[in-house]
Amino acid sequence: MTAIEPTPATVRKTPSKWTRLRQSDLGWSFAHHPSAIIAAILLVALILSAFLAPWFTVQNPYDLASLDLLNAEIPPIWMADGQWPFILGTDVQGRDLLSAILYGSRASIIIGAASVAVSLVIGSTLGLIAGYHGKWADSLLMRAGDVLLSMPTMLIAILVSALARQMLPPYLREAGASGVIVFAISLSAWVQYARTVRAQTMVERNKEYVQAARLIRVPTWRIMLKHILPNTTTPLLVTATLNFGLGILIEATLSFLGVGMPPEQPSLGTLIRIGNQYLFSGLWWIVLFPGLQLCLLVVSINVLGDWLRDALNPKLR
Amino acid sequence: MLAFLIKRIGNAVLVMLTVAFFAFLIFRFLGDPVEMMVNESATQSDRDELRSRLGLNDGFLVQYVRFVTNAAQGEFGLSWRNQQSVLGLIAERFPATFELVIIATLLSLAIGIPLGVFTAIGRGRWWAESLQFGSIIGVSLPSFLVGILLILTFSVTLGWLPGYGRGEVVNLGWWSTGLLTQSGQAAVVLPSLSLSLFQITLVMRLVRAEMLETLRADFIKFARARGVRRRALWFRHALKNCLMPVVTLTAMQVGNLIAFALVTETVFQWPGMGMLFMQAVTFVDIPVMAAYLCIVSFIFVTLNTFVDIAYAVIDPRLRAA
Repeated sequence: MTAIEPTPATVRKTPSKWTRLRQSDLGWSFAHHPSAIIAAILLVALILSAFLAPWFTVQNPYDLASLDLLNAEIPPIWMADGQWPFILGTDVQGRDLLSAILYGSRASIIIGAASVAVSLVIGSTLGLIAGYHGKWADSLLMRAGDVLLSMPTMLIAILVSALARQMLPPYLREAGASGVIVFAISLSAWVQYARTVRAQTMVERNKEYVQAARLIRVPTWRIMLKHILPNTTTPLLVTATLNFGLGILIEATLSFLGVGMPPEQPSLGTLIRIGNQYLFSGLWWIVLFPGLQLCLLVVSINVLGDWLRDALNPKLR
Repeated sequence: MLAFLIKRIGNAVLVMLTVAFFAFLIFRFLGDPVEMMVNESATQSDRDELRSRLGLNDGFLVQYVRFVTNAAQGEFGLSWRNQQSVLGLIAERFPATFELVIIATLLSLAIGIPLGVFTAIGRGRWWAESLQFGSIIGVSLPSFLVGILLILTFSVTLGWLPGYGRGEVVNLGWWSTGLLTQSGQAAVVLPSLSLSLFQITLVMRLVRAEMLETLRADFIKFARARGVRRRALWFRHALKNCLMPVVTLTAMQVGNLIAFALVTETVFQWPGMGMLFMQAVTFVDIPVMAAYLCIVSFIFVTLNTFVDIAYAVIDPRLRAA
């Protein structure tokens, strides 16, 4: 019986965060799913190009002074009448389509992300309270969730967005448009997060580590935030990813229907709405390219979300 | 069972009352009904008289109860835009939406189920995996974009099918149908396809998941051992056991389709309830909006409740919930 002394050779350095991530199950799964890698690269490229757009696009599509009607209705560059620098052509106002698409993606991405953030924070807070506190708080929240989920999300969003615009004073309508959309999406999106967190909290609440924390009088809010919440994050991650894509889709639909972003600060949906008016007049590029961009964006998010759900679900191994 | 029934129906009534409450709030407090109904020259006393005749001076709860009683009888008042009865307007538009939704549902079953079976039995082969991957794209495409792309391809470029309107309609009593004329049949193809694409992918993924599970079951192995042909095995033995969830999904999705028809109808200028609603939104025609909200959620809640109850009848384990 000789005790094994830790020699310098056997003591390993704690690996860096990056190495740990790469060697984790999730990292392994990522490296073995080419579709997830492609989607991630695509998504990063789309987000970067949207946010760096002001530095390399030929014009600022929001700035009406930079538009020239002489440049209107130019087809994409590979067509006979195409003109440099309008790679994807221009719309009827002489707006460079590529610039408009990149700026529009930025609006779509910001609104999608904001709606995830808002509903994630509200949903998990309410879910924590409902799951930990139980009793009336629980039944009240779950009833409210039942009512909200008994209506199609899209319908609620359209209705709220349409009504909120009527209630806002006119000078706020443009500036407040994105806020209204985020509110309209989050209004029913929080329920999913709340349910997930609630279910997990009800399991964790009775475990020994929580009882121990209570015994040494850790404040309730601290138990909820520091002890229980970290144990609910895995399923939340999947929901948040898929809802990011869904948020972008709902925003695009609202804007397409004319109850979303105004034409002065177009999102992808608004661009498609504008392009749709010229559908039968042969100007197909005005509607097709914003549509393709929207599709790429949402597909890459959904592919990632799908991979994440499978990778984090131990039953599917 | 009785307790379950009462609970489930009570829940549905609660949801409907909540929806009606919001519809009432919109109806009552967004814009002044009196201002909308009188003309410019009306005096203050005219307005006051109309206000008390409409019962707008009564207590909040009294007005809410009256709104619910009227709504339950289909009485939603007059449209602010053209002074027609709201119920009449909706009844006139209902057949168009209904036909669109039914055809979209049929399409989703007719295309989704075979695709689901093929992707399940071909698991691991390139064509099944690419179909499965394609279904992610189907889920990610917003339905208005699908509609636009269909119009662009089949209507603008190829000129095969009409891209807007409903074609000629035939009146059968109060029901106007577009399915009996050639132009009506041609007009319904693109809208119903674009409405059903999302559901096709949904049905396909569900059937695939169910099939994969069923194909592992013992009775399938036994049937194979008995020498049952593979095709009969897939379509007769396995598929039959997968259809129950598909039926549930389809029933539950009808409400969603009616809501989503809103978008499709806008793209295709289809004269249904959804287009009526979007016009009401543009003109701030509150009674029409309130009525649409109530009617669509009624259909939605009724279907969901019905499916739940049917499930409990079939599977007694669910009654405890």
